[in-house]
Amino acid sequence: MDKNANTSRQNSLETKERLKIKKHEMRCQPPEERRHNFKEVPYGYSPEEAVEEAKRCIRCKKPYCIEGCPVNIDIPAFVKLIEEGDFLGAAKKIKENNSLPAICGRVCPQEDQCEKVCTIGKRKDTLSVAIGNLERFVADYESKYGDIHIETNKGKGKKIAVVGGGPAGLTVAGDLCKMGYSVSIFEALHEIGGVLMYGIPEFRLPKEILLRELKVLEDMGVEIFTNEVIGKTITVDELFNERGYSAVFIGTGAGTPKFLNIPGEELNGVYSANEFLTRVNLMRAYNKSEYDTPIKCGKTLVVFGAGNTAMDAVRTGLRLGYDDAIIFYRRSRKEMTARLEEVHHAEEEGVKFEFLINPIRFIGDENHNVTAVECERMELGEPDESGRRRPIPIKGSEFITPIDAAVIAIGTNVNPIVPSSTPGMSLNKWGYIIADENTGKTTKKGVFAGGDIVTGAATVILAMGAGKKAAVAIDKYLETGIW
Amino acid sequence: MYEIVGKKNLGEGINLYNISAPDVALKALPGQFIILRVNKNGERVPITIANSDKNDKTVTILVQTLGKTTHLLSELNVGDSLADVVGPLGVPTEIEKFGTVVCVGGGFGIAAIYPIAKAMKSAGNNVISIIGARSKGLLLMEDEMRSASNEVLVATNDGSYGSKGIVTDVLRELIYDKKIQIERVIAIGPVIMMKAVSDLTREKSIKTTVSLNPIMIDGTGMCGACRVLVDKKTKFACVDGPDFDGHLVDFDNLMNRLKFYKEEEKASYECHIKEHHKL
Repeated sequence: MDKNANTSRQNSLETKERLKIKKHEMRCQPPEERRHNFKEVPYGYSPEEAVEEAKRCIRCKKPYCIEGCPVNIDIPAFVKLIEEGDFLGAAKKIKENNSLPAICGRVCPQEDQCEKVCTIGKRKDTLSVAIGNLERFVADYESKYGDIHIETNKGKGKKIAVVGGGPAGLTVAGDLCKMGYSVSIFEALHEIGGVLMYGIPEFRLPKEILLRELKVLEDMGVEIFTNEVIGKTITVDELFNERGYSAVFIGTGAGTPKFLNIPGEELNGVYSANEFLTRVNLMRAYNKSEYDTPIKCGKTLVVFGAGNTAMDAVRTGLRLGYDDAIIFYRRSRKEMTARLEEVHHAEEEGVKFEFLINPIRFIGDENHNVTAVECERMELGEPDESGRRRPIPIKGSEFITPIDAAVIAIGTNVNPIVPSSTPGMSLNKWGYIIADENTGKTTKKGVFAGGDIVTGAATVILAMGAGKKAAVAIDKYLETGIW
Repeated sequence: MYEIVGKKNLGEGINLYNISAPDVALKALPGQFIILRVNKNGERVPITIANSDKNDKTVTILVQTLGKTTHLLSELNVGDSLADVVGPLGVPTEIEKFGTVVCVGGGFGIAAIYPIAKAMKSAGNNVISIIGARSKGLLLMEDEMRSASNEVLVATNDGSYGSKGIVTDVLRELIYDKKIQIERVIAIGPVIMMKAVSDLTREKSIKTTVSLNPIMIDGTGMCGACRVLVDKKTKFACVDGPDFDGHLVDFDNLMNRLKFYKEEEKASYECHIKEHHKL
């Protein structure tokens, strides 16, 4: 193919013409079909669709999208490469900043990041370029047709330990390995990936894609130890003193699940979102014929909460075979924290949403199984410290709903294992690790931290962003010796 | 990885395994547990560490065949390996010089209480162990318990060895008839036994530690499956325990939660045995 001719022709496309092209939505598995299986929901773009979508980028002089990305991917550059048909080049461009594009293309909240600030998205009659869909396309294309070989620098002769194999840890490991360090990831579970493995369901992020990305890291030379609970099996201090690591990055993620602290919560059939999702995702309980970890099914599942984890849980419930999978949320639709896309997919699949409802107690039978939940209706009052209007109970509005299972998806508290076993590392009043926002430096020399163990529950991409910054800071620390 | 380097059948479907797990063996303290998976499709099963050897880099566990996973484990022999072993998990048992410590081990709980008795004795306590089983043939680790204790008292349900009855009867005798001053009781065994012991010692305000065994998945505080009620508050057995103050534990809640997957476990075991016999 005469690439230059093609490029010049594409470049001749006027902004006016670009603005006329309609946004390409990804084709999806039909809702009535997908609510019964765990296969991924969108099919992804065809090469033609990707090129057409890429043409919508008007190549702004000041590309706000780059600033909108927590890892500052050169978005206009990779989109241009797609438009030119150089999909592998586009993948390479993304990988300069992001080692896990197939994952980010799927789970990043682009609508709050790059796509939120996209110039054409701010215009009245055009939608933002579908940057996330394009990222996903090139990553998948590369895995099929590309030779995913990432160059690493010559050995720097120093070892770095990464505690936790989730998004933050994987990013730090990838970046430091590229710089030439020997990197070991210590993972507590039997499979690496963190929340990408145990939390995010197959229909949103197929395990196959995750495993593919992990293999790239291993091929680069990152050493992976599973079944190692830092703080129990080995302590952070021992990583330095006995195992010869020069720096440690802590990315142990979100912690212990929060509960509602209402009567009956200890009944069987009341799960934390973490337990419910871990059974299904990490332990593959949905595949009964091959895997041994059990999960129950019934008629009605209620999920309390309205974040992304709540959406994952309720949609998982449908796929397990619950007739009704319902979200109960104490605020209104407007205050939901889940991505719009997830809410939209859930609604299409038949998930019901009940707003301004607060649970008061769970009711069980003689076998200690949950059979119903008593709730009260709420109304919105003045804004609270989160800036959202505070829900207030309406007197006399109590009602009882029969249920077979309940999932509590209202967030997490800090996991105590690493913080409590690492002397000299300061924690904030909630127990999270205090780390510098720009470098990940903790108050303990040589120890860096990032992701949910610093910020509390947030997103995959923010954890990756923290990992990126920490990798740069770790390199600087090891090069200069200055803390 | 995680090779079985020793296996001994102790009768009644109970097997002792020595498993090579160097990192775990170096760190294991009394009261801690491991989580294992027999194979790549298996469940994660928490099991208390009965012993650990820093030189051999092995941990010892005792497992009774009760379902599919334990049956699969029972079929493994020396030289075979487990898919996963992680640990040591949980907070170790508080070991100090208390004075007289009574270690009560019922049935399978003897395996779990053995390292605690041993450590309590090393710490200078007068260790009286009360161990019990349904009958003489089922009594586990008697020799080990004798070497780990200053005195061992045995109870069997059928009276075939030691005194006839249950371990709680023997403890009651120590407290009320022999009027022995006891500073601490550690009780590990069936939930109903730990409950009975705790009820008994509550009358005399003898501080009593029990080790809880709820259903777990990750065992590192992430999933919340192992939550128990202690002093009416939610605690996670994997990171807050497994040891708790027996006078504050809601044992009925624990018993109920342990029953949740009984049907699935039974079905899975029956299906497995059927398949197994076909082979």
